[in-house]
Amino acid sequence: MTTTEAAAPATAPRQRGERRLLTPEGVPLIFQLAERGGRAAAVLIDIALMFVAIAVFALAIVFGALALGIDGAGAALFGGLVILISFFIRSFYFIYFELRWQGQTPGKRLLGIRVIDRKGGYLTPDAVFARNLLREVELFLPITLLTAPSQGSGAWVNLLTLLWVGIFLFLPFFNKDRLRAGDLVAGTWVIAAPKAMLLGDVAAEATPPKRGGVAADPEFPFTRSQLEIYGIYELQTLEEVLRHKGPQSEETQREVARRIQQKIAWTGEAEVDTERFLKAFYAALRGHLEARMLFGERRENKYAGKEGGTPPPGGTAKK
Amino acid sequence: MTAALKSPLKSYEFRREREKTWHELEALVSRAEKRGLKALPADDLLRLPTLYRATLSSLSVARSISLDQNVLTYLESLSARAYFQVYGARSSLFEGIAHFLKHGFPAAVRAALWPNLIAALWMTLGTVIAFFLVQANADWYYTFAGDMAQGRTPAASTEFLRAGLYDGRDDPLESLYLFATFLFSHNATIGMFAFALGIALGIPTVLLMFYNGLLLGAMLSLYASRGLAWDLVGWLSVHGTTELLAIVLCGGGGLVLARAIVFPDRETRLESLARRGRAAGTLIMGAVLMLFVAGLLEGFARQLLTDITGRYLIGGLMLAFWLTYFALGGRDRRHDRSEPHDDD
Repeated sequence: MTTTEAAAPATAPRQRGERRLLTPEGVPLIFQLAERGGRAAAVLIDIALMFVAIAVFALAIVFGALALGIDGAGAALFGGLVILISFFIRSFYFIYFELRWQGQTPGKRLLGIRVIDRKGGYLTPDAVFARNLLREVELFLPITLLTAPSQGSGAWVNLLTLLWVGIFLFLPFFNKDRLRAGDLVAGTWVIAAPKAMLLGDVAAEATPPKRGGVAADPEFPFTRSQLEIYGIYELQTLEEVLRHKGPQSEETQREVARRIQQKIAWTGEAEVDTERFLKAFYAALRGHLEARMLFGERRENKYAGKEGGTPPPGGTAKK
Repeated sequence: MTAALKSPLKSYEFRREREKTWHELEALVSRAEKRGLKALPADDLLRLPTLYRATLSSLSVARSISLDQNVLTYLESLSARAYFQVYGARSSLFEGIAHFLKHGFPAAVRAALWPNLIAALWMTLGTVIAFFLVQANADWYYTFAGDMAQGRTPAASTEFLRAGLYDGRDDPLESLYLFATFLFSHNATIGMFAFALGIALGIPTVLLMFYNGLLLGAMLSLYASRGLAWDLVGWLSVHGTTELLAIVLCGGGGLVLARAIVFPDRETRLESLARRGRAAGTLIMGAVLMLFVAGLLEGFARQLLTDITGRYLIGGLMLAFWLTYFALGGRDRRHDRSEPHDDD
């Protein structure tokens, strides 16, 4: 089944590591696969937390036993408690959090990544169990091998075991979905889940909206042919330039404005308020491109459809 | 020279009309992310799906009419976050556990009947082979049992072996509770390991089953040579019926993985592995639970119960219980919930 390909909307060309998921409502959502480095960092954080938790519990129990003055059979009871608790923390740390926090663990939450079902359904408990049980081979076995003293079984055996374990450890590097063995078994993806803020509309800043609409800035009457030079990629780059606020941004804006004026053969005054000019151009260009999009014509970038034909479908148009 | 922009920007109009809904959803989702869905009041909980659908429809429209990058990114991210909340975990932990015990576990065992039988077969094979090898030449015992023997070797006297079966432990540090928990965490780790190794085409899983059988066979053979076979079986059966069954299930789970890779049927290997792997995961969780029970039985019941009839009784009852549970458990209702993706 190809839910990943199904019903791909006519949006920007697919990037690397981008995956589509069809929601039950029929609208595909676009996700970015989590970076391998981020996942490794998340796991390291989780392991560190796990050890801290085990140590805290163990110490609490030991001191508790000491404080109560327990020895003999009672001490064995407490010893058993330590073993039991470390087993449960080790085995169920990931499972507990991924179930509780909708596919996130403390490490994943810090790194802004999460586990999702590859087919867009619920993240079921059995999937969470399956993907985390595989850590036994992927994670805990290498840790044990590296930390345990080799009991004279020979360097060869150790080397072979490490090699074999390495296959699982580095599995995410060998497939384009960055799946580790647990993801394979559970049918899950790990994706980046960044939070985005809703900022103001740059086009609305060009001219104060009159009676509920953004109209053209009368000072900058761009012609249709001037607006047909650029495409969506350039428009969104311009948006980024306008949103970026930094020490260099004013200079960048002046340079961008100069290039645009050159390209579109700007005949108006040469000395214009740069920011205002750019915003007006942005608004005009967006209006133009959006209007064409409504007629089913997406112009991806300035190279698309040069001969007046229809622009090529996304993907071939690379900048 | 016509001005290109005659009408106001439609995408801006669109945004202005809808952004209230987006902000409302964002606030709701942020709260749910921080404190969990349960913390939301009932009204908000009812609003959530409505707002989610409205925002998803906004996203769908925005993709085809708006070129405002920020609005698009924002809607993508917000829809995804709301989607995780709406389609996140669908049952509470307790409901999940109850459903697992009533339906999920026995159904998973039944679904993996053949892999389980194969795992059991390999273990039996190991037992039989070791039994006859050790009978023929006692030196084999050291090869199979190695450092697991704890003094129970062919060199030990019959009296020592008998005492091991019927005396409780007196060393306080090796006392029941510690012993039980150690055995449990050790066995559970081995069991999960057997499952996880299934991904290496099941060969290590099969070997683990076989090795487990060798150990058992070697011990049986040793005790049989001293006329203690039935005493050993009684001693083992208290927890062994539960423990061996659980280890077989772990092996079966591993073989389910292997089968999914080697014989994917009509699916791709990836899909086959994803579908079967989950079912196998359920199996393993159940097996770990069984090992917990076995650890309790081993630590307490076996050491406290020094009468052979009582041991056979408990072992037999446990075996009967598990088999009945697997055969009949969760059959009364439709058990399609183990395949959640077919109904959405």
